[in-house]
Amino acid sequence: MNLDFLPVAKPISKLIEELNKLPGIGPKSAQRLAYHLLQAPAEKSRDLAEAILGIKENLKLCSSCLNITDRDPCSICNDETRDTTKICIVEEPIDIMPLERTKKYRGLYHVLHGVISPSDGIKPEDLHIRELLNRLSSAEVTEVILATNPNLEGEATSMYIQRLIAPLGIRITRLARGLPFGGDLEYADDITLSRALEGRQEM
Amino acid sequence: MPSRVYQTEAIVIKRNKFGEADRLLTLYTPGFGKIRAIAKGAMRPGSKLGGNVELLTYSLLMLARGRNLDIITQAQTIDNFIELKDNLELISCSFYITELIDSFTEENVEDQALFSLLLNTLRDLSTNKESARILRYFEIHLLDHLGYRPQLGKCTGCGRQLQPEVNYFSPSHGGAVCRECGYPDINARILSVNALKVLRYWQQCDNATAAKVKLNHELSKELKSAMREYIKYILEKQLKSIDWLDELNADYRK
Repeated sequence: MNLDFLPVAKPISKLIEELNKLPGIGPKSAQRLAYHLLQAPAEKSRDLAEAILGIKENLKLCSSCLNITDRDPCSICNDETRDTTKICIVEEPIDIMPLERTKKYRGLYHVLHGVISPSDGIKPEDLHIRELLNRLSSAEVTEVILATNPNLEGEATSMYIQRLIAPLGIRITRLARGLPFGGDLEYADDITLSRALEGRQEM
Repeated sequence: MPSRVYQTEAIVIKRNKFGEADRLLTLYTPGFGKIRAIAKGAMRPGSKLGGNVELLTYSLLMLARGRNLDIITQAQTIDNFIELKDNLELISCSFYITELIDSFTEENVEDQALFSLLLNTLRDLSTNKESARILRYFEIHLLDHLGYRPQLGKCTGCGRQLQPEVNYFSPSHGGAVCRECGYPDINARILSVNALKVLRYWQQCDNATAAKVKLNHELSKELKSAMREYIKYILEKQLKSIDWLDELNADYRK
């Protein structure tokens, strides 16, 4: 949106315009942020500007797992205490965070950077599947864990990858699909509930 | 004054992210045609909407009228086509079907028959799994229903009765053309006698009878390319899910 019509100095309208492009920031919030920055000390603005530039200049993809990192290989791939025989496949870099928070998984990751979504025109070539196959053919991997999201595109992607990896004879597992903690049986959908029944466990 | 909330059956044909954890759904309903609605918090685990408003789910929904978009307040699955969702080929076919519906329809145009066609097609896919026949039948009847019924009786060029010989299918003429008319038409493709017969038969029979026709590989390929060319001509674009469908079939045969 061009905000030249606003009765303010050009640098301010420019800042408002840029802030307005961020997700969840409407024109009013953008104005408030802009005036806040105007009144804040100069070094605060500089810190913010540097932090924003920093994510563009210093970050790259890990050559092995394709996670976003500031050094290559990334801290997870470089960690010698991790189990290199397991690879967990996730859709986006942000999906690693919740998995790490569980502290239950000590293997490596592989980030696809998307899912197969024919209606958006996203095909397997657009994902980092080739890199995964290269990794599997060279490293001593014994298990691949498919951790794509439990929705239609995620399932389709997992099925596609499973088909590609199957000939390699590596164990392939999929994250369990069942009831969420703090959930309610009454509101569970049929697919979730039937998967939860199929995957029930001895107590 | 119209009521603030209303109830409808719907099939989820498309869904986009909306805000942090909401989904913007495109629904196909029997009473309102294609509508769009918001499912609040549907991306969070434990959401009571979650799996009930997942793509390709047939659900009973309660909606509240919003200023721009309606908001889904309750959802109960009627059929989730689970057999279809466990099979990569069938998922891909359904992506194609929903993309077709989405491309051919406008919002808020009621069409009970089209809804039934969509529902029956998805049911058929999850039970019969003969995807080639089901897709062609769906295409023919979708076109028929929307006013693009391909003319297969007489030549659409000169109006003469078509002879039982190799003819042509011309997207720009909207149907079959005879040899003389088809030959100079650069967009026309050869249409064998059997292909013409199958198309004519499917155009007038119901789904269960259509299943009795057994297609061999050649015939199936011919019908596929004729229908695709025609759809591409009408929509003036290639559907995105076609590439993926072809790629998957090619991978599978390797």
